[in-house]
Amino acid sequence: MEPLLSVRGLKTYFYLDEGTVKAVDGVDFDVFPGQIVGIVGESGCGKSVTIKSVLRLIQNPGRVVEGEILFRHQDEDGREKTIDLAQLDPHGKAIRSIRGAEIALIPQEPMASFSPVHTIGDQIMEAVLLHQDVSKEEARRISIERLHEVGMPNPEQRMKAYSWELSGGLRQRAMIAMSLACNPRLLIADEPTTAIDVTTQAQVLRLLLDLQEQHNMAVIFITHDLGVIAQIADFVVVMYLGRVMETGPVEDIFFHPQHPYTKALLESIPSIYAPAGERLPTIEGSIPHPFSRPSGCPFYPRCKAFMPGVCNTSTPQLKPINDRQAVSCFLYD
Amino acid sequence: MHSNDSYLLEVKHLKKYFPIREGFFRRVVGHVRAVDDVSFAIREGETLGLVGESGCGKTTTARTILRAIDPTAGQILFRTAQGDVVDLAALPEKDIRPLRRDMQMIFQDPFASLNPRMNILDIVGEPLLVIDGMKSRKQRMEKVAQLLELVGLRAEYMQRFPHAFSGGQRQRIVIARALALNPRLVVADEPVSALDVSVQAQVLNLMRDLQEKLGLTYLFVAHDLSVVKHFCDRINVMYVGKIAESGPTSEIFFRPRHPYTSALMSAVPIANPRLRKTITPLEGDVPSPANPPSGCYFHPRCPYATEVCARETPQLEEISPGHFVSCHRASELTLPGVARPEEQALAA
Repeated sequence: MEPLLSVRGLKTYFYLDEGTVKAVDGVDFDVFPGQIVGIVGESGCGKSVTIKSVLRLIQNPGRVVEGEILFRHQDEDGREKTIDLAQLDPHGKAIRSIRGAEIALIPQEPMASFSPVHTIGDQIMEAVLLHQDVSKEEARRISIERLHEVGMPNPEQRMKAYSWELSGGLRQRAMIAMSLACNPRLLIADEPTTAIDVTTQAQVLRLLLDLQEQHNMAVIFITHDLGVIAQIADFVVVMYLGRVMETGPVEDIFFHPQHPYTKALLESIPSIYAPAGERLPTIEGSIPHPFSRPSGCPFYPRCKAFMPGVCNTSTPQLKPINDRQAVSCFLYD
Repeated sequence: MHSNDSYLLEVKHLKKYFPIREGFFRRVVGHVRAVDDVSFAIREGETLGLVGESGCGKTTTARTILRAIDPTAGQILFRTAQGDVVDLAALPEKDIRPLRRDMQMIFQDPFASLNPRMNILDIVGEPLLVIDGMKSRKQRMEKVAQLLELVGLRAEYMQRFPHAFSGGQRQRIVIARALALNPRLVVADEPVSALDVSVQAQVLNLMRDLQEKLGLTYLFVAHDLSVVKHFCDRINVMYVGKIAESGPTSEIFFRPRHPYTSALMSAVPIANPRLRKTITPLEGDVPSPANPPSGCYFHPRCPYATEVCARETPQLEEISPGHFVSCHRASELTLPGVARPEEQALAA
């Protein structure tokens, strides 16, 4: 099967007065049709910048400086053609016809993403009218149908509601309805459950899994929560300081992690099953400041398997170690 | 709950209602019942967790205990270092001040809780100056150096300003400040939720080491249930200003007796892809504490609710030693807790 999205050697840098922040510094991954890919990493690992680069939403002083973002675009007649999103003008017509239609985004903060002065109905209809050649009546019908699909009670009435009148969970549902308005083939969810409570989070995760199955969409799910990744992802991309450390199917990542960072990360989360009072294994130090990135492998200053003269001098590349997992670490060279 | 000599803190029927005012005359038209008749106790040296979803009143409870907010009603019985029991709820501000040294707080966001214009010496040394009256700067420097070493920071750093530190280091500074006056009760309000996973474990280990070393008692407010499971001896689960269930940690997690606790536990995303949820998530939203439902506040969302639940408010009752539940049907229900890997394996 051919991937729907294939990111190769992506580099996105931010040129600030104080220096250059290499937010994404060589990222490769694939997303296959119907697959849920989880991108997991701690703050500053570049997960959000990666997907903003895919959507070409990087704003000055940031720029996609290198790499390919190959997307299998489908035109009106259903013919498929691979286009490199990295080559498109970020403000051009081509990317705007894809963004919000074929590739949709569920942002992190639904409160900040809805306009407070327009009803949610108007905002969902706007997305429909922008990308589909339908009448206003038809757009309204589609919007209500989408709201119904995401489990919004009384969708006809809620069309007239403002985002601030809804609870956190319903607001996130409305956001999901809007992102589905144009039947995307790739849905990108950027920490969609971070700002909400655990029972609501369970509702939203269940909804996303159901919708993914019904629409057979591909989903990129971004989170820092390994618990959420374990519950939702088929395939996992582990990032640290702008680079991919390890990729693999979710079971392999959780039960046979290979990269020292993946191992340490999994060990440091408190387990519900551990006996009370046990000390947690920790990762020494903290995430370096973006201006003082270590040379070589970005993880070496905190790595237990650090090899002096190797890890701090050259940068390991992401290489397959078996037919499922790929790791960027000199231990596997 | 009855009095016991070993309790450091005993909270009885604590209430905090915030008035809702409307119109030109700011008439009170209703109340937000943020904390609504909460009773619990903490033994010396113990860690009690306060969990619940946003708006359940856990932070208000914690702040009311410290008298950062004045309670509407109830008692907050605190055992002083001399062994006397005082009711913090009834004391005037000037009589609380000397007790402040015994009760300290660790805040959630280490980026907001440190003054960017003060260096670490002044931040950590401020309570020494204000409460202890330690006028000599040299003395304060010595004490701050000790405190920084205690929390795993280097004493040379004391001249630096907060911006020079990472989130985990800042939280260590916040902890050092809280420990400056040798408190006995430390209220930690979401102390690790703003930190990255890899740093979170360091801070949790530090807090545990300090507890052992200094005999601290923690009231630990958090919403991350795996952190709470790891850290707390006992847990109070709150829902819309009331305690739904209270008991030893492993009982709350694996043998919950309240339907809300059970729903909460089954919603915890577990970092194990073989434990994908088969349980249907809880429907609906948390009700507003300004306009709570009748009877048991949980009944509109509760899959086990009967007609009595809509009518009568359940009381917190001891169902087994040290395990309290506020549910009409607690004794007849068998509820699932967090799934265990072996149970899942059997089911599969």
